[in-house]
Amino acid sequence: MGGLVVVGASLAGLRAVEAARKTGFDGPITLIGAEEHLPYDRPPLSKAFLAKEDTAPPMFRDEQVLRDELGVHLALGRPASGVDTRRRTVRVGDEEYGYGALVIATGARARTVPGWDTLRGVYTLRTLDDAIAVRTALTPGTNLVVVGAGFIGSEVASSARDRGLTVTIVEAQPTPLVRAVGAHMGAACSSLHARNGTTLRCGVGVAAIEGDGAVERVRLSDGTVLKADMVVVGVGASPATQWLAGSGLTLEDGVVCDETLHTGAPGVYAAGDVARWHNPMFSRHMRLEHWTSAAEQGALAARNALDPANARPYATVPYFWSDWYGSRFQFVGIPATDEVRVVDGDTDGAGFTALYREGDRLAGALTLNRPRDIMKYRRLIAGESSWDDGLAFAKTRTT
Amino acid sequence: MKIVLDRGRCTGLGICESLAPDHFEIDDNGDLVLLDEVAEGDALAEVEAAVAGCPTEALRLEH
Repeated sequence: MGGLVVVGASLAGLRAVEAARKTGFDGPITLIGAEEHLPYDRPPLSKAFLAKEDTAPPMFRDEQVLRDELGVHLALGRPASGVDTRRRTVRVGDEEYGYGALVIATGARARTVPGWDTLRGVYTLRTLDDAIAVRTALTPGTNLVVVGAGFIGSEVASSARDRGLTVTIVEAQPTPLVRAVGAHMGAACSSLHARNGTTLRCGVGVAAIEGDGAVERVRLSDGTVLKADMVVVGVGASPATQWLAGSGLTLEDGVVCDETLHTGAPGVYAAGDVARWHNPMFSRHMRLEHWTSAAEQGALAARNALDPANARPYATVPYFWSDWYGSRFQFVGIPATDEVRVVDGDTDGAGFTALYREGDRLAGALTLNRPRDIMKYRRLIAGESSWDDGLAFAKTRTT
Repeated sequence: MKIVLDRGRCTGLGICESLAPDHFEIDDNGDLVLLDEVAEGDALAEVEAAVAGCPTEALRLEH
């Protein structure tokens, strides 16, 4: 068969090329990445990387390891511009790469609001370059307005408070984080902001970001004007599928795949934030923007692409974490809405555990500062434990 | 195979515990406890998954 081409040089793409070599594949591998950078790790960019001016960029591998040890041809600095699934080629500008197996791992792109980025001092945070720019601007005494109270916005707010900035978060929804953890827990999580000196304003939109060359103020839809020297827009990410328009692949909030991460086109698999695949663990399609699933899907997509006859499904209990103000949120499963019950601690206190029910199944668990418990719930959920089993287990964890 | 933990890198996220609970557990302080330093036989595959699954590359296996 022909070579392996991996489009997207972040975590999922890196794991794809590493897994391919681990399985013994000795054909040519090409790793295509839009950014100039070698693969780097993203979670630290909104956390530890912002804390100090001199923290080194979280690169995964040296160039020598990728080129010489793994034998990967690196095509970095230009985005792929198209794929022809019939001729089995990927286009990068005026160049073409033929493939026997293709892994699409182009991730997601930070959403922006048209017109907001024309002023200096307005940032998004997705890439290493974004993080370097934000970090440089985080100087004490600065007035920071964060647009969006999701996990990225909240982590930026937390880092900025640590560094002595005055921080206001503006969230258009009445409650933050509803899609991630549900309404009740979204409010509980967000209470950390006020407790740590960050102002959170919910249910109000941003009407305009104004200034003369550089940002000076943020005008809200209720008429309030916030003084701002710096704005970070954290309003989510969209799967990077624009380059696949017209490819014939099914694109519906991501590249749609079956449970083996197969897109349906011969030899073409997808992984990471861009993939919407069928997760047998919950019998539904999902698109996750989580570290763990990106790593695991990247590896499995390459294995399956190189040996489709033995393709294995990717079944997982989703997991993500977020660090704010020295506290850690951890979530496993899905934010089911049939019932959410706090089984340990207090949502106004220093830590808690909340469980999520779907039908009679334990479907999810959210903890704040309960590091010993969270993965035990992950295993219960993976074992398709009942809600009653989840509650019984919770009783053994509280004393 | 022997499990080697780099405590300087570990942040106690616990993915290892969810993949190989006989070898790893996070304690109440968020620190990783190695329940068994040796991985062999049937357990090796899940420990290898735990090593690969560590977001901070704090785990490795050596002979």
